[in-house]
Amino acid sequence: MNAILTIAGKEFRDGLRNRWVLAIALVLAFLAVGIAWFGAAASGGLGFTSLATTLVSLATLAVFLIPLIALLLAYDAVVGEQEAGTLLLLLTYPISRTQLLLGKFLGHGLILGAATALGFGVAGGVIAVGAEGVPLGELAAGMGLLIGSSILLGWVFIAFAYLISVWVTEKARAAGLALVVWFLFVLVFDLGLLALLVSVKQGGDWLPWLLLLNPIECFRLINLAGFEAARDYSGLTSIAEGGAFRPAVVTTILVAWVLVPLGLALLRFRRRAA
Amino acid sequence: MTAVIDFQGVTRRDGDLVRLDALDLEVSEGEVLALLGHNGAGKTTTMHLILGLLSPSEGRVAVLGGAPDGAHAETLRRRLGYLPENVSFYAQLSGREVLDYFARLKRVDRGQVDELLDRVGLGHAARRRVKTYSKGMRQRLGLAQALLGDPRLLLLDEPTTGLDPAATRDFYDTVRGLRERGCTVLLSSHVLPGVEPYIDRALILGGGRRLALGSLDDLRQLAALPLTVRARGRSAEADLTHWDDPRIAATAVNGHEVALSVPPDAKLAVLRRLTGTAGVEDIELLPPTLEHLYTHFSAGLSPEQRGDAQ
Repeated sequence: MNAILTIAGKEFRDGLRNRWVLAIALVLAFLAVGIAWFGAAASGGLGFTSLATTLVSLATLAVFLIPLIALLLAYDAVVGEQEAGTLLLLLTYPISRTQLLLGKFLGHGLILGAATALGFGVAGGVIAVGAEGVPLGELAAGMGLLIGSSILLGWVFIAFAYLISVWVTEKARAAGLALVVWFLFVLVFDLGLLALLVSVKQGGDWLPWLLLLNPIECFRLINLAGFEAARDYSGLTSIAEGGAFRPAVVTTILVAWVLVPLGLALLRFRRRAA
Repeated sequence: MTAVIDFQGVTRRDGDLVRLDALDLEVSEGEVLALLGHNGAGKTTTMHLILGLLSPSEGRVAVLGGAPDGAHAETLRRRLGYLPENVSFYAQLSGREVLDYFARLKRVDRGQVDELLDRVGLGHAARRRVKTYSKGMRQRLGLAQALLGDPRLLLLDEPTTGLDPAATRDFYDTVRGLRERGCTVLLSSHVLPGVEPYIDRALILGGGRRLALGSLDDLRQLAALPLTVRARGRSAEADLTHWDDPRIAATAVNGHEVALSVPPDAKLAVLRRLTGTAGVEDIELLPPTLEHLYTHFSAGLSPEQRGDAQ
């Protein structure tokens, strides 16, 4: 356990040193405040529109940015140390490979968590202070849900990044694969599902279940379906209605989306040659 | 004395590639052993087997009394130090932070960190980030890392690559100090002239096989290479170009100097004649160097064995 904390602490300090935490927080805060402020631009106005629209827009922002940030943050976790030669050294230390990978996950998870909470937190604060007539309770609940689920989504993609990182032997290849993963889950999946939805004429009861095959849709389900006022804007995820898609269930599935790739990465890392 | 490292008929295969072929090796406590060989000769494989990063395909490896790839690994790893060939430490951290990180992972007293940094001459740069370090400083940081926890066994893979001559000497002086404290040192190198004065024995590998093992004297005897005797003087050339012993070859160097290639057993006879020859002013004796020995022992290898097989 001690080794895990040591490794996590070092990763987190690295994150502070090379300004990952600051950069992620700034980007998220900047874009989130921008979205909140120019929310009415589509209808020709300027200024804060409604909490629901803002939260939906922020969730959409998170869908694009959080996976990308998580993949970029963690894709070189193992392969980077391998190229630097420190992995070989660490493997001769009295620590297990499981400890090494879990320590790194904890560290990267903390970096992403801190930065997301900070970035969206600042945006929430700005909305609370700057916008008129916002119900503060609802704002806090909405932002809390957004931050929590964003962090969870980030962890899913950190786990994906590790899976890539233990599989390949070159950093460049890992970076390429990370982008492919982002592209598939964020863009291609939606298009595919939409095409399927249109082409299936009848009896498409099973279609909503496909949403659970993508952690990003799970994230959307939590945020859009979980928040009453956002129902009108839920888009594709509106095909999912009913008991099995309650936020608690979907959250559990999202947690599974963290554990499965992380478990696979651990298995692969323990089995492979040094 | 028990062997710190004990290899018995150790073979390591990767697919069809034989990295190490039936190697027998015993290294006793407090010994400094050099691993010599071309690229792909099996030096790194040998080190990885000792570290437990690889398991032998055949044969038995014991390090400090146990197999390094089994349950013994945990205790073993706290008692050995390793410096990999190419390692670039975390550039964002300071030298002190890097060493502190490794000290925590090795679960050794972190009070050692400052002392070790001073010992390798990095005390003044301890708070600077590693990215500002020169190649030599990084290598010394690597050595400090290997010395954490007072290891009983030290494995150094090409420790002096990229170091200038002064830094190399400092490096080997540290190694010598460690040996005096009873630490066993295994180092691989292809910078041959540098290691000679600091090693007890040398293991010459080629194509995964053991070509020779022994002290420099043993190896010289085994190889029976001629030594070079240089005689200088006014009339040296005229008197010394002819020898009765056909094995002695004389070459005139520059008017007043003769270089003689002399088999070891004829050395004294040659010296007697030289000292008896009027006009000889200076005699220089050059025994075969490690480099000559290395060339001699690896001469039998086929070109592809000698090539850069990875």
